[in-house]
Amino acid sequence: MPKKTDYMISRRGFVGGVVGLVGGVIAVVVGLPVIGYIVSPALAKGGEEEWIVLGPASSVPQSVPTPFTYSLVKKVGWKIERINRTVYAVTEDGLDFAVLSDACTHLSCKVTWQEEQDAYVCPCHDGFFDMWGSVISGPPPKPLYRYENKVENEQLMILVEA
Amino acid sequence: MTTRTAQLLDWLDERMGLLAIWDTVFDRKVPKVNWWYTLGSATLFVAIMQAATGIFLSIYYVPTPEEAYNSIEYIMNDVAFGWLVRGMHHWGATLMVLLVFLHMLRVFFYAAYKYPREVTWITGVLLLLVTLGLGFTGYLLPWNQRSYWATAVGSSIVATIPLIGEFLMRVLRGGDDLSFLTLSRFYGVHIWFLPAALFSLIGVHLYLVVRNGISWVPKRGE
Repeated sequence: MPKKTDYMISRRGFVGGVVGLVGGVIAVVVGLPVIGYIVSPALAKGGEEEWIVLGPASSVPQSVPTPFTYSLVKKVGWKIERINRTVYAVTEDGLDFAVLSDACTHLSCKVTWQEEQDAYVCPCHDGFFDMWGSVISGPPPKPLYRYENKVENEQLMILVEA
Repeated sequence: MTTRTAQLLDWLDERMGLLAIWDTVFDRKVPKVNWWYTLGSATLFVAIMQAATGIFLSIYYVPTPEEAYNSIEYIMNDVAFGWLVRGMHHWGATLMVLLVFLHMLRVFFYAAYKYPREVTWITGVLLLLVTLGLGFTGYLLPWNQRSYWATAVGSSIVATIPLIGEFLMRVLRGGDDLSFLTLSRFYGVHIWFLPAALFSLIGVHLYLVVRNGISWVPKRGE
């Protein structure tokens, strides 16, 4: 019969080790899936690109930014939601168009065209863009996003990602 | 343990005095007891599990009649490991009620509720009631046929109390009928009021267990 001190590991040490091991296994088996649980919606794939009709190309007067709204039907979580967005169409000659997103390139607030200031103005941090979306002043780092556009059957269309 | 870690622990202990607490809680003297004495710890473990999984469920669950059921379907079918988190909470609830009862039976049959442990017993009874309350309020949250009618029946039973029953039922339902108000208040009670009560009472309960020590298995004639 070996004496108490002859054991490689004490009873207390053994029990402590087993408890730690089982606890560790539980933590990993439950802890890792839980990370997936939290990030799950962020991994959802974006929709496909599609052409959306804004309206008749002739309704855009020359050199006056004209707002159009379109809505996207998008699956958010378990719901199908309708998301409304605004874009500005600009043309010089009625043939070539620029269609600009109204999302400020600084921190994504909505810009609006202000006739009297001759600029798109972002109310959040005083960002100013000219008619074609270039930055005039303020913190925005880039011009407004330009959608790819085309005119088909006299309808102005843009390519959007659903 | 390396000297570095030992030094770090010493440094921390000198400033926090946590080792004394650790020793008081985990190195206290206990009589030689049996496996029935593990039921309290098992209940505590499940209670913590319920709190953890419940917190995670609240990330996706929406407590409105329009979305409650859909949000749970979403958790079960679309969220990664949502079935695991919801499943643990669902089965943990049943397990916790079971464990609390078995724990109570052990204390009862070993007469461990006697002096000086009466207050431990009383907080234990309150903990049983809070656990049942958590079960009752949680049962409604999926807002499916079963949970809806179970709550209709359960709250109608309250109405049978003489004089104030009718009023208590309307307090419980937040009105005459089951509605979005019922769901909303059951959710609030389920995730805030009762868990706060539960963990406060657990604190008192455990303090008393540590302070008074646990009773031995009674021998013949005791």
